[in-house]
Amino acid sequence: MRVNFTVNGRPQQADDVWEGESLLYVLRERMGLPGSKNACEQGECGSCTVRLDGVPVCACLVAAGQVEGREVVTVEGLAEAKGRAAGPVDSQTGEGTALSPVQQAFIDAGAVQCGFCTPGLLVAADEMLERNPDPSDADIREALSGNLCRCTGYEKIMDAVRLAAARQGEAV
Amino acid sequence: MPSPTLEFARAGGAPLGTPTKITQGSRTKGGIGESTLRPDGTLKVTGEFAYSSDMWHEDMLWGQILRSTVAHAEIVSLDTSEALATAGVYAVMTYDDLPTDVRRYGLEIQDTPVLAHGKVRHHGEPVAIVAADHPETARRAAAKIKVDYRELPVITDEASATAPDAILVHDDRDDHHSRHVPHPNIVHRQPILRGDAAAAAERADFVVRGEYTFAMQDQAFLGPESGLAVPDDDGGVHLYIATQWLHSDLRQIAPVLGLPESKVRMTLSGVGGAFGGREDLSMQIHACLLALRTGKPVKIVYNRFESFFGHVHRHPAELHYEHGATKDGKLTHVKCRIVLDGGAYASASPAVVGNAASLGVGPYAVDDVDIEALALYTNNPPCGAMRGFGAVQACFAYEAQMDKLADAVGMDRVEFRQLNAMEQGTLMPTGQPVDSPAPVAELLRRVKAMPMPPERQWESSEGVDVRQLPGGLSNTTHGEGVVRGVGYAVGIKNVGFSEGFDDYSTAKVRMEVVAGRPVATVHTAMAEVGQGGVTVHAQIARTELGVTQVTIRPADTQVGSAGSTSASRQTYVTGGAVRNSCELVREKVLEIGRRKFGSQHPAWATAELLLEGGKVVTGGGEVLADLVDVLEDESVEVEAEWRHRPTEAFDLRTGQGNGHVQYSFAAHRAVVEVDTELGLVKVIELACAQDVGKALNPLSVLGQIQGGTLQGMGIAVMEEIIVDPETAKVRNPSFTDYLLPTILDTPIIPVDVLELADDHAPYGLRGVGEAPTLSSTPAVLAAIRDATGLELNRTPVRPEHLTGT
Repeated sequence: MRVNFTVNGRPQQADDVWEGESLLYVLRERMGLPGSKNACEQGECGSCTVRLDGVPVCACLVAAGQVEGREVVTVEGLAEAKGRAAGPVDSQTGEGTALSPVQQAFIDAGAVQCGFCTPGLLVAADEMLERNPDPSDADIREALSGNLCRCTGYEKIMDAVRLAAARQGEAV
Repeated sequence: MPSPTLEFARAGGAPLGTPTKITQGSRTKGGIGESTLRPDGTLKVTGEFAYSSDMWHEDMLWGQILRSTVAHAEIVSLDTSEALATAGVYAVMTYDDLPTDVRRYGLEIQDTPVLAHGKVRHHGEPVAIVAADHPETARRAAAKIKVDYRELPVITDEASATAPDAILVHDDRDDHHSRHVPHPNIVHRQPILRGDAAAAAERADFVVRGEYTFAMQDQAFLGPESGLAVPDDDGGVHLYIATQWLHSDLRQIAPVLGLPESKVRMTLSGVGGAFGGREDLSMQIHACLLALRTGKPVKIVYNRFESFFGHVHRHPAELHYEHGATKDGKLTHVKCRIVLDGGAYASASPAVVGNAASLGVGPYAVDDVDIEALALYTNNPPCGAMRGFGAVQACFAYEAQMDKLADAVGMDRVEFRQLNAMEQGTLMPTGQPVDSPAPVAELLRRVKAMPMPPERQWESSEGVDVRQLPGGLSNTTHGEGVVRGVGYAVGIKNVGFSEGFDDYSTAKVRMEVVAGRPVATVHTAMAEVGQGGVTVHAQIARTELGVTQVTIRPADTQVGSAGSTSASRQTYVTGGAVRNSCELVREKVLEIGRRKFGSQHPAWATAELLLEGGKVVTGGGEVLADLVDVLEDESVEVEAEWRHRPTEAFDLRTGQGNGHVQYSFAAHRAVVEVDTELGLVKVIELACAQDVGKALNPLSVLGQIQGGTLQGMGIAVMEEIIVDPETAKVRNPSFTDYLLPTILDTPIIPVDVLELADDHAPYGLRGVGEAPTLSSTPAVLAAIRDATGLELNRTPVRPEHLTGT
């Protein structure tokens, strides 16, 4: 089948999609957007979190056909939507790329280790900070409870979200 | 809520107990001791970092593995014809299609079939492989392979493994351990005998005994086993893979393919965590076989269900302990027997046995010990490496014993530990002297001195926040029946590969001028699995070579082996190799400098010169030349191996020997709140104090300690792979049924880092990654015991263990 939908603000068309394919598979394998991660493919880990018409969802649990005509934002779209360039871009490491505040905070706070959970956490945290710009620790934990991380013990992730919220507050 | 604290105490000056802010000596920005940020951070937050499951190639096929549905069976017949006839399928391979006589592999013992040969020995063993043009086509084709199993009785524990008529899991053993084990279903057995435990027991005023059960834990790295094999024009293959040790994989893969190692090129892809679960091969050989058979690139990606079958787990264990003490609280003796379930294939079991035995007493001074550790062959899932590696299981048991014994003597549990704590100079049960700082008592003091989290944090003027209570948003209590408990534990872990292993690493370092600036390039085969080795390598190069710009080359097999990213060893060993190669590069750069500028200043000939801030300087800081002028268009490159002190094998009968490279120590205090009516536990705080020798990157050190701490908490209260004792089948292979700590389950983890240099190690550092996983589990258990008064001799603690229902 053919699926038409908007990804990170751009209209996209996917052809030859088998009806059983998930949105996650289409993004990763057909659109060249592997940022959304495939850690469990059963809706438990949150590593594939994307926004579907603004709402965070696990892309692995969304059938590709369900996104027909709808808007999807992935981790690849975070910087475009909210990013500010930090300087000249290093072609090797990407340093200097325009990053959203929450992306920059994850780097600065040491919230990234293996990084496999990071894209899903970023999409979830970004969405929470939109709704709740001054979250308590309990609010952060509740909002991110659908995203597993096995490396960090979550402490630096808490620091990162607090930092992003604080910087966002200063910027207003 | 209090923020995590971070204090650094420095060795070699400030006395213990007076923490000072770290002020590192390197005069080049971004050197060791600074919390520089990850070089891969930007790629990881933008989604551009290429993990092994993200690999893509024009015209690639998808591989799928058919796994056994039973644990122990003869394969009566295997029919692949229908699978092969499926549209879109390019190849189906079984044991009979393997290209050479080398059809098994393994880390130490080559006992693991690439594909099952006439028999399967555990649930989920690979039987056949399929390549097709779509992953779903491959899955459906694999399901069409007809396997007729004749089931055999399952070996599941020590009793069934060593029964007189027990079926042998492997009836053709000829490995070097087979000659000394008491039964062919025992992979390896290591006794450790020192002093006279029986005689010492006579002197004991108090003796406590305990039987402990440790569950099977999964590494649960988030990036699934995956990779892409691309056939090369010369008949070889290029494998893009997530692993912990490229060269170990290569050594196992090439013979099965019938290729020289030079024709199997390996490049490390992004690794989504490892924790020991990527020490063994998973889909590496299968992807290469299918790529060579079809002539097309083949990608294999496990889903989470398959991942639970696709890697080894942490050994479950039965532990039997006897401790004795005099009435003034001194340990008299320790006797223990540790039975580890190795499952169907050996994997790292022999080394896990060595660790469990040699670290089985913990960080305590006791002269009379009688220790036995062994690993079984069974039909349960194979077990091997996981963070803490044998020391975790032992720590859970000996720390429960130390609490019991303190209570029997009538001493404070922390003081009792401090009284018996080992220190520098103490002999291990193996007779090996601990010849660097061993601040066990100090770590306990520090963790106890941390401020306690306030009581009843769920209450505020706005009412009750159930998120702070056991049961959380399930709204099961507003504080009724909730009891607080506090527990302490401390552990000891070895760093590096032990028992005489040639545990070297290799680093290639180049220095040259690029665009008018001096640049260092570091190339190693070290697997970056998230730990931050790449960050540290750049810091070392900056410190040693005085440059700010460092390029880290992707890890591959075009450079010599870096050894494994495990055993807390990479910063020590590959970090040591990078430093060593940098020093050799520096000498060459200085030779060039002397040749060009030696006549201009006498210091070139006499002083010990350094490279700092892009310049050649004297020890006093006088600038002699700019590196750009020294190098001009020359480049200096060195590839060299580096080794730590050699170790020895443990004597097979007595366990004596200088078997370990270095020890690391961490202590925890756990504060829990337990809803005693429903048996729900909320861990409020897990405070940790750890000696890291020297924090090369303090931010990364904290990340390791906090991450390791949480994995220890997971096994205490949530995590367990449940294997049916009747069928040896895995009952919960999913993240729905295997419970991992979420951010809601996670306590605050304040950390107090101590830096007491180990003079034998580069920069005095001590391996960090594993020690915090040891003491976390027994501290949580002790806290739950404190809250409930229950004995609790197994992990994980589940609600029914607390309520008795």
